[in-house]
Amino acid sequence: MNSPQQTVGSAYFITESSQKEETHTLSVLVDNEPGVLARVIGLISGRGYNIDSLTVSEISHQKHISRITIVTFGTPQVIEQITHQLERLIPVHRVYDLTAGGPHIERELALVKVLGKGEARLEALRLAEAFKAQVADASTGHFVFQITGRPNKIDQFISLMKPLGLVNVARTGIAAVSRGAEQI
Amino acid sequence: MVREITGAEMVIKALIEQNVKHLFGYPGGAVLPIYDEIYKQNHIQHILVRHEQGALHAAEGYARSTGKVGVALVTSGPGATNAVTGLTDAMLDSIPVICITGQVPTGLIGMDAFQEADVVGITRPCTKHNYLVKDIDDLARTIHEAFYIASTGRPGPVVIDIPKNIQFASGPYQTNKKIAHPTYRPQVKGDQNDIRKAVDIIASAKKPVFYTGGGIINSGPAASKLLRELVKLTDYPVTSTLMGLGAFPASDRHWLGMLGMHGTYEANLAMHDCDVMINIGARFDDRITGRLDAFSPNSTKIHIDIDKSSINKTVQVDLPIIGDAAHVLEDMLRIWKDKKPKIDTKALAAWWQQIDTWRNKKCLSYKQSREHIMPQYAIERLYELTKDRDTYITTEVGQHQMWAAQYYHFDEPNRFMTSGGLGTMGYGLPAAVGVQIAHPDSLVIDIGGDGSVQMTMQEMATAVQHGAPIKIFILNNSYLGMVRQWQELLHEERYSHSYSEAMPDFVKLAEAYGGVGFKVEKPDELDDAIREMISVDKPVIFDCRVQKLANCFPMIPSGEAHNNMLLGDSENIGSAIGEKGKVLV
Ligand SMILES: Cc1ncc(C[n+]2csc(CCOP(=O)(O)OP(=O)(O)O)c2C)c(N)n1
Ligand SMILES: [Mg+2]
Repeated sequence: MNSPQQTVGSAYFITESSQKEETHTLSVLVDNEPGVLARVIGLISGRGYNIDSLTVSEISHQKHISRITIVTFGTPQVIEQITHQLERLIPVHRVYDLTAGGPHIERELALVKVLGKGEARLEALRLAEAFKAQVADASTGHFVFQITGRPNKIDQFISLMKPLGLVNVARTGIAAVSRGAEQI
Repeated sequence: MVREITGAEMVIKALIEQNVKHLFGYPGGAVLPIYDEIYKQNHIQHILVRHEQGALHAAEGYARSTGKVGVALVTSGPGATNAVTGLTDAMLDSIPVICITGQVPTGLIGMDAFQEADVVGITRPCTKHNYLVKDIDDLARTIHEAFYIASTGRPGPVVIDIPKNIQFASGPYQTNKKIAHPTYRPQVKGDQNDIRKAVDIIASAKKPVFYTGGGIINSGPAASKLLRELVKLTDYPVTSTLMGLGAFPASDRHWLGMLGMHGTYEANLAMHDCDVMINIGARFDDRITGRLDAFSPNSTKIHIDIDKSSINKTVQVDLPIIGDAAHVLEDMLRIWKDKKPKIDTKALAAWWQQIDTWRNKKCLSYKQSREHIMPQYAIERLYELTKDRDTYITTEVGQHQMWAAQYYHFDEPNRFMTSGGLGTMGYGLPAAVGVQIAHPDSLVIDIGGDGSVQMTMQEMATAVQHGAPIKIFILNNSYLGMVRQWQELLHEERYSHSYSEAMPDFVKLAEAYGGVGFKVEKPDELDDAIREMISVDKPVIFDCRVQKLANCFPMIPSGEAHNNMLLGDSENIGSAIGEKGKVLV
């Protein structure tokens, strides 16, 4: 859609978008039926949209409803398209653009494995404490830290762990809800 | 206790309950139980096609010419994959079709079983919705829901994949209950305030244009009627997309002709210069807009569409109205009649005067020939000799398709069936079969190209077997003409693989299938041959040899705006060239 170049002699007219790209967090309520995640992901890849993060889990067992939280980026026009295209999927109840909707809370969990001995090991532990990360697993040669918080806090923690023997990271992706009394 | 029936019986029972009279299909192992039920009943007539793509296009033609849902039945694996082109075609043109596919038994799914394909996976992006039915208790309800989804909102294809063991299993039948779907609720009624605003904008226009599309036809005949009424009330000009042809009568003086890449000069310039654009049921497709940043730069744009995702997809509009065309038009007319707004008749008269100068360019004129049949002439004659009949036209894809759109004039909706969005060569012939099955006594003509018809020619056998006397009118230029035209314009006449060396003898081919063949090479033979073709009560292949190198004009070249049209090699071009930069030749 926003290809930077004009293809000469093409059967298509390609125009550059002058709009700036933004990052948005979308909350998608879906019927938890087989294939629903494939529909959502297929739509996003098929139409060339971007995904930074995607999480999915059932939130109402009784009503078979799942929440899919998608962090995506694009121009405002593309974000509007993604929202409306998602709404077009039959099993989708609603799509909330949390970023457009106002203040909201985003949280993520990460498991961070660090190998090391001596001073580096102690430094890792000290930093983990400062970040309120928990030790989920440990031996004399390694730690697995469990850290939760805003994505940028996790980013920061991971980058601090890098020189201290970081070998592995697993992140859940973002869970998000709006602030305030609204139901979203 | 409730009587239990098998899944296969349920399929037929549900189709009957949905008022299905015709089914286009092709059997195979995974649908044998359903075929057995077809054998045992005579409510539904099964039309045996010769390729599953044909079944889908026939169902599309059936749907588009009747407003009903078209239904196809194919087997698992290759049957389903052959159907994919037709499903995608229906998706892009918003045609309501149901495709029932057989599937290997549930226990074998995922085992790479014989003729297994992940049909819901393959068809997910090319259907409005699809289902894999894994439980007999869901089957009947799923079929009813599929009809509901296919035919409401923005229509589209729906696939129901039914494993063979489910067809054999038994369960109680569920009738079609009108229950609100938990998530799918198409919005048909437009926002009243917005419609009121639209009325004000429309009434205040000095240079207005109605830009209408397939949405009006999908909405049903009422929408066409309401559009006519609105145009009469406002006295504004109307243009339409390929998919919308017929919604507004081409014989009306408000008609500007089709717009877009091969649209008329007057339609495209009206779009470019207008101050208010009223888009009803069209989607700003790239064949329509041309260069986006130069598309109708100074207009206030109103967009009426049933599909929210069509709004602001390519062109940012000023006033979107989500709703069904007929509903919104009805409200609009009521509000208009209440308000009785004053139109700037002076400005409007000047606008019409401007439009008339564009019309005077006579952009559809072409150099006549005594030697060769000009393709445009062939369509003109076909139109003149069939317009007073109950005629339906389908087309293939290529130059002939555009000539059909330009030179065959439609006064009623549902009369023109063409593959607009996907541009599927091979669509027109099977679509004509579908139309003819729905309208056995009408004249059904597929305006074809020599290349396209060879993609689905085998459906001649279907037409013969089922007594569908379709007329395949081939504008035979021995070329993949549209490809050749682009090669001429963009690749310095390097005609790479666009010439057909081994053209079949279409007359013999028609006879081989049990139809009738015609071959015409001279302009003065044309009328009689067309008359004879019409009088034949059998499928006909009409090999109309046309001038080989004719080009389809007008044309908006790539990367250009609406006011930069190529008017082509017609005689009156000379005068247009001088007009600085307005017309590229
Ligand atoms: C299935 C498919 N393959 C390829 C194309 C690309 N294509 C578009 S028009 C065209 C030529 C069609 O030739 P013909 O049917 O003879 O029509 P003409 O343009 O000569 O009138 C081709 C190859 C297409 N539209 N569909
Ligand atoms: Mg040809």
